[in-house]
Amino acid sequence: MEDTSLTALWWAVIASGLYHGLNPGMGWPLAVSAALMERRALALPRALVLLAAGHLAAMLVILLPFSMMAALISLEREIRIGAACLVIAMGLYLLINTRHPRFLARISPAKLGLWSFLVAIAHGAGLMLLPIYLGICAMEQEAGHVAAGALMGTDVRMALIVAGVHTFAMAFAGGLMAVGVYIWLGLRFLQKAWFNLDRVWAASLVIVGLFALALALRSF
Amino acid sequence: MNLRPDPSFYPTARMAMEAPVEKLAFTLMLSPDFSQPDGLAVVNVDPESPDYGKIVHTVFMPNKGDEFHHFGWNACSSALSPLTGHAFLERRYLIIPGIRSSRIYVVDVKEPLQAKIHKIIEPEEVFAKTGYSRPHTIHCGPEGIYVSTLGGGGADGTDGPPGIFIMDCETFDILGRYEMDRGIQDKHYDFWWNLPRDYMVSSEWGLPPQFENGIVAEDLLSNKYGHKIHFWDLRGRRNIQTIDLGENHQMALEIRPAHDPAKQYGFCGVVVDTTNLQGSIFTWWRKDDGTFEAKKTITIDPQPADPADLPELLKGFSAVPPLVTDIDLSLDDKYLYVACWGTGEMHQYDVSDPMKPTLAGKVEIGGIVRKTKHPNGRDFGYGPQMVEISRDGKRVYWTNSLYSTWDDQFYPGDRGAAMVMARVGEGGGLNLDPDFWVEFPKGYRSHQIRLEGGDCSTDSFCFPSV
Repeated sequence: MEDTSLTALWWAVIASGLYHGLNPGMGWPLAVSAALMERRALALPRALVLLAAGHLAAMLVILLPFSMMAALISLEREIRIGAACLVIAMGLYLLINTRHPRFLARISPAKLGLWSFLVAIAHGAGLMLLPIYLGICAMEQEAGHVAAGALMGTDVRMALIVAGVHTFAMAFAGGLMAVGVYIWLGLRFLQKAWFNLDRVWAASLVIVGLFALALALRSF
Repeated sequence: MNLRPDPSFYPTARMAMEAPVEKLAFTLMLSPDFSQPDGLAVVNVDPESPDYGKIVHTVFMPNKGDEFHHFGWNACSSALSPLTGHAFLERRYLIIPGIRSSRIYVVDVKEPLQAKIHKIIEPEEVFAKTGYSRPHTIHCGPEGIYVSTLGGGGADGTDGPPGIFIMDCETFDILGRYEMDRGIQDKHYDFWWNLPRDYMVSSEWGLPPQFENGIVAEDLLSNKYGHKIHFWDLRGRRNIQTIDLGENHQMALEIRPAHDPAKQYGFCGVVVDTTNLQGSIFTWWRKDDGTFEAKKTITIDPQPADPADLPELLKGFSAVPPLVTDIDLSLDDKYLYVACWGTGEMHQYDVSDPMKPTLAGKVEIGGIVRKTKHPNGRDFGYGPQMVEISRDGKRVYWTNSLYSTWDDQFYPGDRGAAMVMARVGEGGGLNLDPDFWVEFPKGYRSHQIRLEGGDCSTDSFCFPSV
């Protein structure tokens, strides 16, 4: 039971990464554009790396503070409940406020990494990963894999691994789209296959949050 | 909000050329003596329809004296860049500024034959929120809808320089001024940009006292109209370079960048050279170091004329200047159309090499002296003016009014509104369609044209045409 939940959580890390990567709003069309503008195929992976770096930074900005708090083991449940509520709140906010933050439009197209970082923050991409991460940490502890003294270091390392795996999945999915469009599908695909995921995105934040809340409440 | 991007948005200009052929056009009508409200005409341009060339719907405004001039869409192909964050806007509203009243109308044309006013922004709001007046060009940009203005504050629009302001692309609220550092820019007219390369180019006509009551001959002869083009760090909102085309190049008007953002050049039309009455086109381009240059690449000579045939303003010159008042570039960046409003000619230049344009076609119609009739035998008042090209580049539409008070100086008397269309030959060339002729309501003049689904002076493309 425990193992299957843990596996499920790791799959959630990967699935959320694929989901973020596939969404054109997270930037893969910019990688296609870079290669076309520079008339150089190598500009595509370069742009992807920048997008991924920004995304990774956005994940870590959210996960790392929580991994530091993990030392407060007595508050573990409260932290998980708090994090779940935060994610639900962000989802509800995005459901009600469908406006795209204007400051994102001020970023120079040359600063792809910064743009990717801010777009992920603004859309709560890191928050989506947070309950999954906390769930993994909790299960690792319960399974007794971790000595109490080493907890914080382990949690920090876990944050890096979770963010890394997530970002790798994100870059993989985005890269697949970008390469597919660049080589085979053409930009017409962008016009045909870009769906408005704003509401789905916001709803998935709420769902992830509710799920995490239920898990946190049940675990004691 | 749509679930998919609006089907009229295209990633590249080349893909937009394959868009469905337009069946409707939207044309602005102005009442030159302000006795009637200005309006929007919906024109049937489908040759298969029995209503071909007819106005099939009109929207008249609830005010008089707005003086309609240029207008634009609430959303265009620029929405297809993830950087804009508005991929799911609908191309649904026309933003129509009154250049004289500073009032802005938002007209809902989702059902073109039932087009109706959606919102009116009163002049006081424009003044209060921007300190600008006399709104003009509309483009959909990074932070919303960009609107250029010709006037600053105060009754005559000379209290502070004119500039650009931004409107929210969903609510149409005015958000405020665009410029953070305008450099030496003190006049304004048109602007456009290269979105992925992050630069903007703007031009200069003159300040409101120089045009509202007619052209001021002394100002023109002393070279006091605009003659500079400005280059901007688009998202940084800073003027990064100003190029003076030379003070004799009076009135640098339309800015037409290549539609393919991989190309870093464009054109600017200059109405008149005060040393020789020529009209001219400058090609501007961005160099590898990020700075810009501009060079005159087309000149159009004036034509000798008997002073008896000329209006008061031109009698002393014994010649009619071409008066390059509008230019437009086809989506493949191949043909530049140049309206010679004075001589009554529409020129088609092959600009495949933007530094060496060649004349590929020409239509003569109207004109101060020549007054060439339409092939259908009708008089074409004034000269070819606002020009718009279909996305596939095969049809070129134009109207004939420049600006109420200027029309009267160059072409005294009321000469009537017109809208005509010419077809482009396979290897270039331009021929008027004898069957396309729009009859406008009495007392009106016609100005800018927008085509259903987009045309060659609205959409900004974010991906290169490869």
